[in-house]
Amino acid sequence: MISAGIDVGSTATKVVIFDGTIRSMAIAPTGWNPKEAGRNVFNEALIKAGLQERDIDRIVGTGYGRVSLSFIDKKVTEITCHAKGARFLFPQTRTIIDIGGQDSKVIAVAEDGSVADFIMNDKCAAGTGRFLQVMTGILDITLDELGQMASGSKPASINSMCTVFAESEIIGLLAQEVTKEAIASGIVQTIANKMIGLTSRVPCLEEITFSGGVANNPEICAILSSVFGAKFNIPDQPQIVGALGAAIVGFETI
Amino acid sequence: MESKMEPNILSEFENLRAKSIISILAAKEEGRKVVGMYCLYSPAEIIMAAGAIPISLCGTRQDPIAVAEKVLPRNLCPLIKSSYGFAAAGTCPYFNFSDLLIAETTCDGKKKMYELLSDLKPLHLLQLPQKQDEEALQYWYGEVIKMKDRLEAEFSVTITDQDLRESIQLMNEERRALKDLQDIAKLKPSPISGMDLLMALYNRGFSIDKKEVVVMVDRLTLELKELHRQGVTPFNTKTPRILLTGVPVGVGSDKVVQIIEENGGNVVCFESCGAYKGVVDQVDEAKEPLLAIAEKYLRTPCSCMSPNTARFELVERLADEFNVDGIVDLTWQGCHTYNIESHSLKKYLQDKINLPFLQIETDYSESDVEQLKVRIEAFLEMIS
Repeated sequence: MISAGIDVGSTATKVVIFDGTIRSMAIAPTGWNPKEAGRNVFNEALIKAGLQERDIDRIVGTGYGRVSLSFIDKKVTEITCHAKGARFLFPQTRTIIDIGGQDSKVIAVAEDGSVADFIMNDKCAAGTGRFLQVMTGILDITLDELGQMASGSKPASINSMCTVFAESEIIGLLAQEVTKEAIASGIVQTIANKMIGLTSRVPCLEEITFSGGVANNPEICAILSSVFGAKFNIPDQPQIVGALGAAIVGFETI
Repeated sequence: MESKMEPNILSEFENLRAKSIISILAAKEEGRKVVGMYCLYSPAEIIMAAGAIPISLCGTRQDPIAVAEKVLPRNLCPLIKSSYGFAAAGTCPYFNFSDLLIAETTCDGKKKMYELLSDLKPLHLLQLPQKQDEEALQYWYGEVIKMKDRLEAEFSVTITDQDLRESIQLMNEERRALKDLQDIAKLKPSPISGMDLLMALYNRGFSIDKKEVVVMVDRLTLELKELHRQGVTPFNTKTPRILLTGVPVGVGSDKVVQIIEENGGNVVCFESCGAYKGVVDQVDEAKEPLLAIAEKYLRTPCSCMSPNTARFELVERLADEFNVDGIVDLTWQGCHTYNIESHSLKKYLQDKINLPFLQIETDYSESDVEQLKVRIEAFLEMIS
């Protein structure tokens, strides 16, 4: 029995081939064509696993691009998939914090592993990977550098949650010769504040698993974890949690 | 049997709006007056007792919002912007027909918008108290009396107690019929979709003949009972049943209902203004008419009241009566009262009945449909 999970996100497309354990995985930028990205990354994962498409018993799609995949058997939202994936990697997970490219979410998981409640950010980019991307653009640094600069620096206060307004605010701070390090730290702080704001609306129990591309950055993870006052489970590949969950949903229904 | 067989009478409801324009024109030619209303707090009984036609005005579509934003702030609730935009652009025929508008000081946005609206049309503003005790009732009773005086003066008529009693009876009868119709969805599975139910409830507000509405609504209820007897329904026994609470919804501002039903759910109960909130109780026919009217309307559990515990209790009761699997609290962006109250409602319901609860904050535009789909599909996955 083999299943595949395809998570076509706004920024990256992730595929996991699953046979009870993770058999292979692949990640690539989604680009402008979600349908093609889903297909290409799926093929890549198949090659890595040494399998053909006909070997896959069930394919489940998730993420914003799930509707554009014509070759899948079933589509399931990323909320359900993240819960499945996180519980597989860290069975004691009760809360999932996911910061993706286009949205961020907090998912509360019941003791039996089912989704108990969830909250997503509003329809703007505040508190998402896109927010960080825009801000690193202004500072002319990479996301890795942002994390390194932020860690250990006293954060400059950035009050705007809105990406566009925060951009203007940072330009203002640069004009006042506030250091890049303090601004970087302030940027990470606003993400943490936004996530804390979301968790006040759903129960936030331990263990907490942190997923999504932003979790690739150890310094940002450390800052968030200290703001939350809790230890985070960080997957080796934080981006594939949704695709893994989709594959597990498929595996369970074969 | 899971199949969709349209009750024949639904198409008559679909045609009601077009038909009513012709009837209003004819009535106006005969010298009848038309009074436009925006809110459930407007006592239609007094308008009818004055021999005038009460009519619901437009405010549930995105189109006129751009016109409204020339005057109103952008970050205001879409219902207020749409209502004002329709009036200012002249695209609501019912507004154009109206000889007088009835408005209330409900939320801050509405009452300030009404100040602007009064430049476009004669407008009578009822000062609505924001609590529901005896002291508030005495004040509100005074406002209701002033509304009667205004109608008498405006239309040169005398409103007798007998006129009021007759219109109370008719409105009670309409509320009885509308409640019976909505109660049909207590059947499991419901023989009518939330979208169809909403259309019928919304469109009947444009009819000028209440007696005709009662007959039509009763016929629809009867047809639905028959469909249920035959086992005809668009749903099955596993369809997740949703109670929708929160802001007013109408045709044109129904995207959340549509998304819920396109993704396998069924909105079985609308706690909102145009639906159940308006029919939960009646005007007491034994009491002095204007006082009885004041009592009924003041009891309306809107989020402009503080506190608004009656709404929490109503949602709790309806969730049980309609046997729902989840509650969706719809709040418009910029609607502070419903947005803030959502927190308290969620907490109340968690303590009392612990049903899954989803708050959605959106506007009339289509811009967030994909994001809404994720939330709603995930919610349906969670409860099925």
